[in-house]
Amino acid sequence: MSNLMVFVDHRDGSVSNVTREILSVASSLAKELGVALHALVLGDSGAGDCSGQLAEYGADKILVAEHPTLSTYLSESHREVVVSAVESGDYSAIIFPATAKGKDLAPRVAASLDTAMASDVSHLEIAEENLEATRALYGGKVLARLRFTAFPAVITIRPNIFSAKKTSGIGQVTNIDVTLSMPEGYKVKEMETLGRENLDVSEAHTVVSGGRGMKDPANWRLLEDLRDSLGLEAALGASRAVVDAGWRPHGEQVGQTGKTVAPRLYFAVGISGAVQHLAGMRTAQVIVAINKDADAPIFGVADYGIVGDAMEILPVLTEKIAELNSEE
Amino acid sequence: MEIIACIKRVPDTETRVKILEDGSGINSEGIKYITSPYDEFALEAALRAKETEESSTVTVMTLGNDGAQENLRNALALGADEATLLNGAVTMDGLATAKVLAQEMKSKSPDLVLFGVKAGDDDQQQVGPMVATLLDYRCVTNVTNFEIQESIVICKRQIEGGNEVVEVTLPAVITVTKGEFEPRFPSLKGIMASKKKTLVTKDVQVPESHLVMTGMEYPPERDGVYIVEEGLEGVPELVKLLREEAKVL
Repeated sequence: MSNLMVFVDHRDGSVSNVTREILSVASSLAKELGVALHALVLGDSGAGDCSGQLAEYGADKILVAEHPTLSTYLSESHREVVVSAVESGDYSAIIFPATAKGKDLAPRVAASLDTAMASDVSHLEIAEENLEATRALYGGKVLARLRFTAFPAVITIRPNIFSAKKTSGIGQVTNIDVTLSMPEGYKVKEMETLGRENLDVSEAHTVVSGGRGMKDPANWRLLEDLRDSLGLEAALGASRAVVDAGWRPHGEQVGQTGKTVAPRLYFAVGISGAVQHLAGMRTAQVIVAINKDADAPIFGVADYGIVGDAMEILPVLTEKIAELNSEE
Repeated sequence: MEIIACIKRVPDTETRVKILEDGSGINSEGIKYITSPYDEFALEAALRAKETEESSTVTVMTLGNDGAQENLRNALALGADEATLLNGAVTMDGLATAKVLAQEMKSKSPDLVLFGVKAGDDDQQQVGPMVATLLDYRCVTNVTNFEIQESIVICKRQIEGGNEVVEVTLPAVITVTKGEFEPRFPSLKGIMASKKKTLVTKDVQVPESHLVMTGMEYPPERDGVYIVEEGLEGVPELVKLLREEAKVL
């Protein structure tokens, strides 16, 4: 098998958590296969500054493509540069983080390379010298194991699926020449960030999710307080019902027509647990349900449950957690 | 303006799914099929685009089996002008599907092609951008709303922690997520009119899938819920369990 490549997601000189997680799993696979792990970084000048971090998570070779056009994600430019970098080497797989950027870029790269793509892979291993990927089907009801017969295999991986583990890679940096020949025809006009520090629910380690049982949008301050007590890696989630009602933005929606998340800890507050919602959070490590209705389906998937009025329970829960934190 | 909306026939989310004895797939008996939820948004987006652009037509297209005629008929009843069923095998290999769709689209030279951002059965999220790459069309994914201004589409796109406004030049592919495109309901008038609309079926050769499934299994079962004392009384125990047993606090 040939080398593995990881597409690096970085912000302000810092490598994103999901990229570190992917590098960690790719690094151990590369070692098992006896091949090298390459990391590909696209950006404006200075993008290569994160090379040290990439080496810490196993990158043997870091390919840096710096060009002003690459400072923002523009699909054609990014596609062209990634395809060129891949074609200049010999790779058995290219792994992208399943972020908005990765999910947009990966299929374009796969089509350009005439290869196959498996998205949202939850398990990756070597079986009989082949790369075998596992991914969920039918809203998480079934897991399918796949092998690729076209290479490089294009794979996307979501945040919180694998753990980030430091493991030194050789860390040799190479700057690649960037020639852009495709007309872009894709312009980013403006960006609007909502919520604190850009932490998306799909990237958070802890999710505090609210549903209709919260009764009123004004009650979300109770969920915000709980989220705040849980630290910087916590984010808010929402059920479809409250998004449709206009109480919360769609970016927070967890479920079949929202995001799929796999945090370490998921609080489902006032959420009944419809199949469509479960499809988005059933692989969370620990699920806590807070609901007035003891028969709510959410208790069928939760690990811990508390039956009662969320509006009463939340402030006390927040207080107890804050107490825990202050004891440290 | 020539608009194409692509849809996919998928099992209903509520459907219980049973893996076949040999692990080669799921048992399709007794499964209720629907149009993939995101594709309903795509179709709605296509119909709205048609309404804002004079002399536009919407073709609804799918790669599938005969059962998909039902989905296409529903789309015609909602307002699509014509339908095309590409009769062939659908696999997890999105590029195989994309090649078939792109081939068909080349003959129509659409200005705007709409897809749902992902399909409700395999969630592979790839066919839309792949078709765009094959057709050399520009593409914006994960769009919650868009407006066409002459030869430019101004799209609102959802990204981590916020939104982005992206402009692309036509012809373009747009993949649509849940946003402003709440699907309409069919009217009786629309249902009657759809009976006179054209539904073309073409047999197609789908390239071999480059994703080979080696097995299928159910996800591991969770251990079952532990319910603490009711109401406020249960909170201290819950926190203790999360800290000491689950080790997530």
